[in-house]
Amino acid sequence: MNKIAGTLAMLSILVSSTSAYAIECNNTVWNKIQANGKIVVGVKADTKPWGYRSSDGKLIGMEIDLAQEVADTLGVELELVAVQSSNRMQFLEVGKIDLMIATMSDRLDRRKIVGVVGPNYYSSGTNIMAPKALKITSWNDLNGKPVCGKQGTFYNKIIEERYGADVIAFGGNAEAKQALRDKKCIAWVYDDSVIAGDLLSGNFDDYEMPLASEDDNPWGIAVPIEERNCVFGRFISGMQFNWHQTGDLIKLEEKWGIQSTAYLATQKDQFADWLSE
Amino acid sequence: MLDLFTEFFRQVAEENPRWNFIFFYQEIQAGKIWKGIQYTLLLAVCCVVSSMVIGVLGAWLQRSKSMLVRASVQGYIQLFRNTPPFVQLLFFYFALGQLTPTYSPDGWLEIPIISNVGWAVISLSLFAGAFNVEIFRSGIEAVPDSTQEAAEALGFSKLQTYRYIVFPLAFRISLPALNNNLVNLVKTTTQAFAIAVPELLYQCVVIWNDYPSAQYPTMLLLFVVYVSMVAVLVFGMSRWETALRIPGYDH
Repeated sequence: MNKIAGTLAMLSILVSSTSAYAIECNNTVWNKIQANGKIVVGVKADTKPWGYRSSDGKLIGMEIDLAQEVADTLGVELELVAVQSSNRMQFLEVGKIDLMIATMSDRLDRRKIVGVVGPNYYSSGTNIMAPKALKITSWNDLNGKPVCGKQGTFYNKIIEERYGADVIAFGGNAEAKQALRDKKCIAWVYDDSVIAGDLLSGNFDDYEMPLASEDDNPWGIAVPIEERNCVFGRFISGMQFNWHQTGDLIKLEEKWGIQSTAYLATQKDQFADWLSE
Repeated sequence: MLDLFTEFFRQVAEENPRWNFIFFYQEIQAGKIWKGIQYTLLLAVCCVVSSMVIGVLGAWLQRSKSMLVRASVQGYIQLFRNTPPFVQLLFFYFALGQLTPTYSPDGWLEIPIISNVGWAVISLSLFAGAFNVEIFRSGIEAVPDSTQEAAEALGFSKLQTYRYIVFPLAFRISLPALNNNLVNLVKTTTQAFAIAVPELLYQCVVIWNDYPSAQYPTMLLLFVVYVSMVAVLVFGMSRWETALRIPGYDH
């Protein structure tokens, strides 16, 4: 009997997550956050300077600052959970986290699984970090060569199919960069803004970002998909809108030493308050 | 027939956004799965065989007269049994990988002589081997002293006693425990994922990252493949157990 009940429960979970669009809002997660007085946000732990661990083990970074602002605006406590590119959507889906701010590129197929709400808070392109000694000048130089990457990024497939690179994907950036240092691959493929940050850190003086970035792609903050068009989704949209309008994102970019992106500047203009001077 | 099959799963994917069995109708994805299965089988077979060799050798060396040999076998067991296999993998690949000789095809790349697949086999074999030594030892200790004394009385040398009398009996006693450990070993090969060995779990994660809609089907596939692999192993081992049975020597 128990077995049957268990199977039924499993089935109902499967079915419930299949129906992507709830017709009405029950605001379950939103209400849970209020009731618990706590919001659980999934952030990165290995992507400096968006989300990483300080020397005393605390999670810090630009996205943690954003998460803190969300919590402060809600008037609740903030709990951070470290997620990886390959499990971040699943964490949100199963309710391990309430909100995901984890350097996720906003892609059509991902929107079918998590509730990405606009306006996108950031944007980056794909580039590589390669040793200066190799003098790589074109994406085609990667043809047939081992390139280190990270599991869960959308461009691994693109550079394999478009340029014939042989992507060796590790679980985290730390391992991928270590493998590049160990000369197990000729380059590390990742977001251009992250690479720029690493190059500035002083730990990669013999390396460069030699190519023109490709596939510029906005990043998305995601709420559970059922709540995309409900209170929670609308609230996160409002937060992002406000960050753009006040220029907070540009300030945070400076605070964390991120190369300034044209995307944030245009967004700020676009959302400018028409009554302000 | 094959068209009907692919068409069916294409249809399923269209109607159910979470049940995209993409590896059943897209050649590139099917190729990844096939490659993954091949690597998983390669890892499993190599690790099972070499961990058993390590087990037999270790159990024999444990009976050595030299203190030094016995101590080093003991040290090896403690070291590999008491640290997580995941940490061993990372240590072997990243730390020891630095010390192995490399060759360079283009002046920059330093391709180590031992690849990540090689390191996975070495580290997982040593890990499971440590358990196998203990498993064989328990078998050896279950062989009565009188049997060994009888062999000695018949003029068998120490090596001959081990080879012809003690080990064959001990092996039969060890089989059930060995079975367990080998099943575990086959499942532990998924950890080679950490050092980017393109085995089945690696390929599956690649697929469900590229196509989030294919996540449940790929997880299902993982289960099916591992259940079948372990089933084949267990079936083979129990057949072996029956074949080796000595009438009257049941415990």
